[in-house]
Amino acid sequence: MSMALIETVNITQKYGKQDIIKNISLKVDQGEVLALIGPTGAGKTTLLRLLDLLETPASGRIYFDGMEVTAGKHLRLQARRRMSFVLQKPVVFNMSVSDNIACGLKWRKEKEATVSQRVNSALELVGMTGYANRNARTLSGGETQLVAIARALAIAPEVLFLDEPTANLDPVSTARIEEVLAHIIGEQKTTVVMATHDMSQGQRLAGRIGVIINGELLQTGSPNDIFSTPQNTRVAELVGIGNILGGVIASRDNELVGIDVGGSIIQAISEHGIGAEVHALIRPEDVTLALHKDASSARNTFEGSITRIFPVGALVRVELACGFPLLTVVTRRSARDLNLAVGNRVYATFKATAVHVLKRWN
Amino acid sequence: MTELWEALVTAVKLIIAFDPEVMQIAGRSLAISATSSVIAALICLPLGAVIHFNRFPGKRTLINIIQTLFSLPTVAVGLFVFVLFSSAGPLGGFGIMFSPAVMVVGQVVLITPLMLGLIISALSATDKAITDTAVSLGASGFQMSVITFREARFGVLAGLIMGFGRAISEVGLSLMVGGNIRGFTRTITTAISLETSKGDLELALALGMILIFVALVINIGLNRIQQR
Ligand SMILES: Nc1ncnc2c1ncn2[C@@H]1O[C@H](COP(=O)(O)OP(=O)(O)O)[C@@H](O)[C@H]1O
Ligand SMILES: [Mg+2]
Repeated sequence: MSMALIETVNITQKYGKQDIIKNISLKVDQGEVLALIGPTGAGKTTLLRLLDLLETPASGRIYFDGMEVTAGKHLRLQARRRMSFVLQKPVVFNMSVSDNIACGLKWRKEKEATVSQRVNSALELVGMTGYANRNARTLSGGETQLVAIARALAIAPEVLFLDEPTANLDPVSTARIEEVLAHIIGEQKTTVVMATHDMSQGQRLAGRIGVIINGELLQTGSPNDIFSTPQNTRVAELVGIGNILGGVIASRDNELVGIDVGGSIIQAISEHGIGAEVHALIRPEDVTLALHKDASSARNTFEGSITRIFPVGALVRVELACGFPLLTVVTRRSARDLNLAVGNRVYATFKATAVHVLKRWN
Repeated sequence: MTELWEALVTAVKLIIAFDPEVMQIAGRSLAISATSSVIAALICLPLGAVIHFNRFPGKRTLINIIQTLFSLPTVAVGLFVFVLFSSAGPLGGFGIMFSPAVMVVGQVVLITPLMLGLIISALSATDKAITDTAVSLGASGFQMSVITFREARFGVLAGLIMGFGRAISEVGLSLMVGGNIRGFTRTITTAISLETSKGDLELALALGMILIFVALVINIGLNRIQQR
């Protein structure tokens, strides 16, 4: 059995009396790309700081490459020198771009020839060769981020921690940074742990996602697992499952169950028994709207009236009252074709397989 | 009025002619204060780092005390040093009373709180993210202090210059422990106060102009630094 590169056992962190990180046990394998997603203030930055050994946990243990590095100044420095961290708001030292990138190498007492060769290849990697002699303080936000990434990569870390690498950046810079990251992940096989509040970024770059809410690691799994089968209503909310309906399983026919949601029966697939209290989770984009009831294979069709319509980007969100509140999204085009307006009656349809059923734990 | 005007003209002539007495006093003043500043800097740079980079109980209080001592009265330091180094005092054995050496000791005591406090402020003013970045890039404790000093260099330098400025402009201390001995412990400020009371305005004015010139150079230097 191979040892995880990083492992935490029940780590906690407190600032004052406040619990910021609550009993997190996490393993990160060599070469893995893990994205930590969660709302602002969830504790993502704090967890990264603990993993990078910038802070010591209030309790629990941290292992790096099989060694316990929870405490012990010298051991932590040795371990930290095999990692690097790009801060949420990266800062550069008041010196040239290439001197900035050289810092980590000089602190490791690398030979001068090695330093300049590594600095050049790091600059090349992020496409900033022309900026070597510029004072780093004169760079734009996106350029600063790229220099910070180059500086972190110059030391050839075994683990790279990235804290919201594209937050507050324009779409062009974001795309460029994601391209650089995808290259590092693909070519250099560096282990990467990144925090992001951009779900889709996690999905694009990471092989595994960990969801942190309110200091707890609620679920880890493949992007597909997290987005289609959240184990928890808080995770479901975070990943944009707009409909979280409380109900009770009222009937069962093999794996097909009928969930009583305030008097309406929603058909779904579940192994829970009759009488189980559950949540039915339905993604708004899995619900289609029509003006007439049609004989489709979908098991669930409800008639309801529109209570609210509001545009989001290229789409339109429509809220219905059909015995229970139901949120759907349609394209602007279909909103026009269906002549949607508040008060109109429409039919909402979704498949039984589109309903994800979660047992309710009060 | 004409008397004052004549004195002023004579003073300017003294400076332009590099009058040996004026130059000797100004040189001695600069030498004593520069020595005090270098010694104080050698104490304050490492001590400031130790205080800033470590967490210990009473740190806040210590910094408050240091800041209170910024305006330590020169005569109080003079009295303290006098008592220590006078022939009957505990350090009287050094026999340095009424010499430049004891003036340097006094000035070091006088300006250390100011330099130390300003160095700590300059270090505290650097972004916390700078030290985090350094540590995350593998800096040892010492390497992290060096880069933080480098980032805070303008503020630190300003602190050193302010210390020198206080040393060269004080009079009470130099007069009490130096004794204003001609050619030995006579400095710009002690000479001004003595010559003025004797009515020798020419020399006092010439030295006063030199002191103002030094202050001007210091201020221009500080402004340059602060504009970075
Ligand atoms: N130095 C600190 N002192 C006190 N509270 C802090 C400190 N740093 C972060 N916090 C608090 O800890 C919580 C988690 O913060 P953080 O880890 O930055 O979250 P995230 O990165 O997920 O947005 C927040 O409530 C934040 O206000
Ligand atoms: Mg954060």
